[in-house]
Amino acid sequence: MVEKALKGGLKYWLWLLFLASLIVIAFFAWQYEHHYGAGVATGLHRDLTWGFQIGQLAFFVGVAASAVPVVLSYYLHNYKEFSKLTILAEFMAVGAVMIAMLSVFVVMGQPTRVFNVLLYPTPNSLIFWDLVVLSTYLFLNILCGWMVLHSYYKEAPYPSWLKFFIYWAIIWGPSIHIVTAFLLQGLPGRHYWLTAIMAARFLATAFSAGPALLIILAILIKKLTQFDVGERALQTVAKIVIYAFIINLLLFGFELFTAFYSGIHSHIAPFLYLFVGYEGHSEWVPFAWISMILAAIGLILLLIPYTRKKETTLVLGCFAIFFSVWIEKGLLLMVGGFTPNVFETVTPYYPALPEVLIQTGVWAVGFLVITILYKITIEVFKSKELVVKLKK
Amino acid sequence: MSIKRRDFLKIVGYGVTGTILSLGGGFIIGKGSEILAMIDKQGDKKGVKWAMVIDTRAFKTEEDFEAVIQACHRAHNVPNIPDKIREVKWIWVDTFERAFPTAETEYISEEIKKRKFLLLCNHCDDPPCVRVCPVQATFKREDGIVMQDMHRCIGCKFCMAACPYGSRNYNFYPPREYLSSMNPEFPTRTLGVVEKCIFCYHRLDEGKMPYCVEASQGKMFFGNLNDPESEVRKVISENIVLVRKPEISTKPKVFYII
Repeated sequence: MVEKALKGGLKYWLWLLFLASLIVIAFFAWQYEHHYGAGVATGLHRDLTWGFQIGQLAFFVGVAASAVPVVLSYYLHNYKEFSKLTILAEFMAVGAVMIAMLSVFVVMGQPTRVFNVLLYPTPNSLIFWDLVVLSTYLFLNILCGWMVLHSYYKEAPYPSWLKFFIYWAIIWGPSIHIVTAFLLQGLPGRHYWLTAIMAARFLATAFSAGPALLIILAILIKKLTQFDVGERALQTVAKIVIYAFIINLLLFGFELFTAFYSGIHSHIAPFLYLFVGYEGHSEWVPFAWISMILAAIGLILLLIPYTRKKETTLVLGCFAIFFSVWIEKGLLLMVGGFTPNVFETVTPYYPALPEVLIQTGVWAVGFLVITILYKITIEVFKSKELVVKLKK
Repeated sequence: MSIKRRDFLKIVGYGVTGTILSLGGGFIIGKGSEILAMIDKQGDKKGVKWAMVIDTRAFKTEEDFEAVIQACHRAHNVPNIPDKIREVKWIWVDTFERAFPTAETEYISEEIKKRKFLLLCNHCDDPPCVRVCPVQATFKREDGIVMQDMHRCIGCKFCMAACPYGSRNYNFYPPREYLSSMNPEFPTRTLGVVEKCIFCYHRLDEGKMPYCVEASQGKMFFGNLNDPESEVRKVISENIVLVRKPEISTKPKVFYII
């Protein structure tokens, strides 16, 4: 099947070349950081040691688990509409997990020593568990997606032992957010993170932003290649997106209530910093409000059946939700966790150019993998549909 | 009766999976007993538990602080980095408001508001940094000192997110380029690792006091918190002392006489 990725039009190759060049640029930016130091290559500082790159871990584990509601409906509830979408969801998860894992790898100060995590396994550290759950989830999705596609290609039912791994992947999906949320929510002295509903909120954002991206990709593929996952499948996913997103907004409201009604200053301060400014600093206020406005737009467009059913507004709504969550989880979650700092004052954070370039390369790796896997999937389905047509 | 190839492969498959699972299980159980042993040791009150007391009233001039800070930074090859939000510092001064952010600061005396406080690693009895380190590069010794292995550290900065006191330093710049003099007795560091105060464990092992305590000329006290007769216990019981952020239960072992 792999050979299917090697045949493509000019646009396909140009897109791959574009992604590859982003990866090369990122590699040089990363080298620059390890030569001159994170002091010049990143905006990180003593009071904010995890910036928007670790934010991408938090966000993309969410995107990765978007496969769960789709795969679950297809295999456990036998929802046939999802047959094509399931493979797309699994392959998107592969790319997203790779982005999540690489985002952490590139911020390591001593990348050559990362295998110390395996050499000295430390069960009391959540990073160890994050590595375990993420690499397992990566493996499970490659295995399940590839095997199911391959058996379709060979016109045979997939082997029965695969069922075990499919169910395992469904159960495993939520663990990647739970562990990633635990990374943050168990730290004393980080008030914005010290909340029991963080893991729950991670799940809610995951099941909204992830499937939203899946809808966007599926419609994009339909436009580019005539590979159609089916209107009903997309509408069902859109409903999952909006339900999960409403739960996310509710949980956010609970956070606000607890912080402001309890009146504990240290719990209020991060919200003030993010939404109105604190001690004369308001670097991230515009982002917080853009995220809120996008949330409102997404909510309206996907909640009203008319706009949800119309393709243009559906895509717009999905974009709004995706970027609303991206800003909130990929940027503000880290900034809010570290600001105000441990001295209860503000040291502002501005991502630096090399840091952004490195992250762009990490995204490019993920999208490169997704592109190749999608290309194979589409070609396999196309060749089968051609056979059916010819037989008729 | 011969075994079919298919059945044979199945049996081998079960065997391999079973072995891997039991290996993993055995590993986790093994680790568990190690952790239990560690907890047992921590409960031991008879051993040594090092602690520091800083008499903040006795520090009057800029020179008093400088003497202490320089003694530490010179001996430990701490680089002098001009970028203040990315500098490396093992011991430094800050205001009451920033050192004790949860304490009342609005109506306190002007003198306290202006007073400077020496800050350093608290060598917490329950250190969050040790809890989160994925490679055990930071760990607690039996005598309570929170250590940092700068050769094992992978630079993930998780410990810095976990430390509620801002006591940890990441090498944002190549540290050797910012050394004015070098002490060959102590290792220098590389880019991308975390470092911090180590309570001069190397001097304690030789029966000497930490550099800062020695340089303070009686303004700082150091000793065994488990020994009721020790000097630190005496000064703690005879004065009004504070620790930083007691409400998060990390149990700091650096005390401040106010």
